Amino acid sequence: MGKVVAVTGNEAVAEALRQVNPDVCAAYPITPQTDMMQRFAVFANNGKVKTEMILVESEHSAMSACVGASAAGGRVVTATSSQGLALMWEILFIASGSRLPIVMPVVNRALSAPLNIHGDHSDAMGARDCGWIQLWSENAQEAYDNAIQAFRIAEHMDIRLPVMVCLDGFIISHSIERIEYLDDELVKNFVGEYKQLNPLLDVEHPVSYGPLILPDYYMEFRRAQAEVMTKVADVVLDVAKDFEKISGRKYGLFETYRLDDAEIGLVILNSAAGTSKDVIDEFRSKGIKAGILKPRLYRPFPYKEIGEVLKHLKAVCVLDRADAFGASYGPLFMDIASSIYPYKDKPILINKIYGLGGRDYLPEHAELVLNELVEIAKTGKVKTFKEYIGVRE
Amino acid sequence: MKLKGWKEVNPGAVITEAGSALKFKTGSWRAFRPKWIEENCIQCLFCWIYCPDMAIKVKDGKRAEFDYDYCKGCGICALECPGKKGNKAIVMEEEGK
Ligand code: SF4
Ligand code: SF4
Repeated sequence: MGKVVAVTGNEAVAEALRQVNPDVCAAYPITPQTDMMQRFAVFANNGKVKTEMILVESEHSAMSACVGASAAGGRVVTATSSQGLALMWEILFIASGSRLPIVMPVVNRALSAPLNIHGDHSDAMGARDCGWIQLWSENAQEAYDNAIQAFRIAEHMDIRLPVMVCLDGFIISHSIERIEYLDDELVKNFVGEYKQLNPLLDVEHPVSYGPLILPDYYMEFRRAQAEVMTKVADVVLDVAKDFEKISGRKYGLFETYRLDDAEIGLVILNSAAGTSKDVIDEFRSKGIKAGILKPRLYRPFPYKEIGEVLKHLKAVCVLDRADAFGASYGPLFMDIASSIYPYKDKPILINKIYGLGGRDYLPEHAELVLNELVEIAKTGKVKTFKEYIGVRE
Repeated sequence: MKLKGWKEVNPGAVITEAGSALKFKTGSWRAFRPKWIEENCIQCLFCWIYCPDMAIKVKDGKRAEFDYDYCKGCGICALECPGKKGNKAIVMEEEGK
């Protein structure tokens, strides 16, 4: 077993990045990520990593520099939050379309306006369809573990795609938790040496990145990119298997908690899943068959696998920490609804929007929702399919 | 030429063949065609410097014909050409006329 420490989520992820020791890091500070890149910059400054730090003037430049460095042949990392991720949007597509395996922790935070620095999932949800892989993390340990696995997933020869590692702003990034660090050597061997596929700096084999592709070929490139996405789940599982060997910690495409024989269930991402598990235990002790599904690989979304584990339930509530304006439901709800869509017998689905802009998600909220699900399972009747919870009237 | 299917395209649209832009003939985009009037040319090579493509050829240090495979008809060369005594050595004509 590695070292047991008490650290924040930001500190844990910065430590993972130190152990991976990437070639290039281009970053811009943004709350609540600032402290992560600041710690990493200190590692670079003190010679703890050989990473070339590029301090840029915006996130748009940070991602642009990452694209250049990755195409050149480096193992590249950055991190961001909220408006920073929004500002990177244009370049996110260039990174994924060019198949550049950049790794980026995203410390989830609300989007403006109104300006808010606290945790919710609007930022990563806004970037969910930009061709990046997304791993989500319930606590600092998962964020640390995901950050290490992200490099192996991104750089896998079948994939070569960028990866976001999502963790909740402040709740995880700034709270101190008990973490098990792996030994430096183990991490180094786990991620291995990185070799870019067609490095720009290989002067013996000159290549061009970012060409103009007209209607005669654009669809072929997009189709090829969609195909790569279908290979991600297997790679994520393979990498998780190897990671278990060095850490003893198990990861899948998602986590199920007391779901196998459940009649009602919650689907919830990241830190709020932890709170909900306690409430599930309470309901179980009252004889109510409740369980949880917590997605880990959110993009590409494992529709088939998730549909299989949810289809037997009677009623399910999907809790979204982001809304989708003008759409009928929150983003996670729509993915869950799609995953059970092919089945004839399927649970009744409801959607709750919670915890926006750092609003607390309390055990009472989970209780409220579970009681509602008990009613729905019994009567088959739904009062409202979608509503905000924890909001004042 | 048979176009490739989606299983055959390079990952990330990376082009691994050097100088392949030569195969991408852009002259068909042209609506106006520059015409060289050799007797008005003073061989200053302004046109060669200003052409945003490589559509003006130089041979033995002297201005040669246009390479119409790549000339997009932007007219920059005609604008910049000083010509001889006020008579332009490049004029733009409507393509196909
Ligand atoms: S700019 Fe005009 S005068 Fe000068 S070389 Fe070109 S065609 Fe001749
Ligand atoms: S018209 Fe434009 S592209 Fe064509 S030769 Fe002149 S400057 Fe070059």
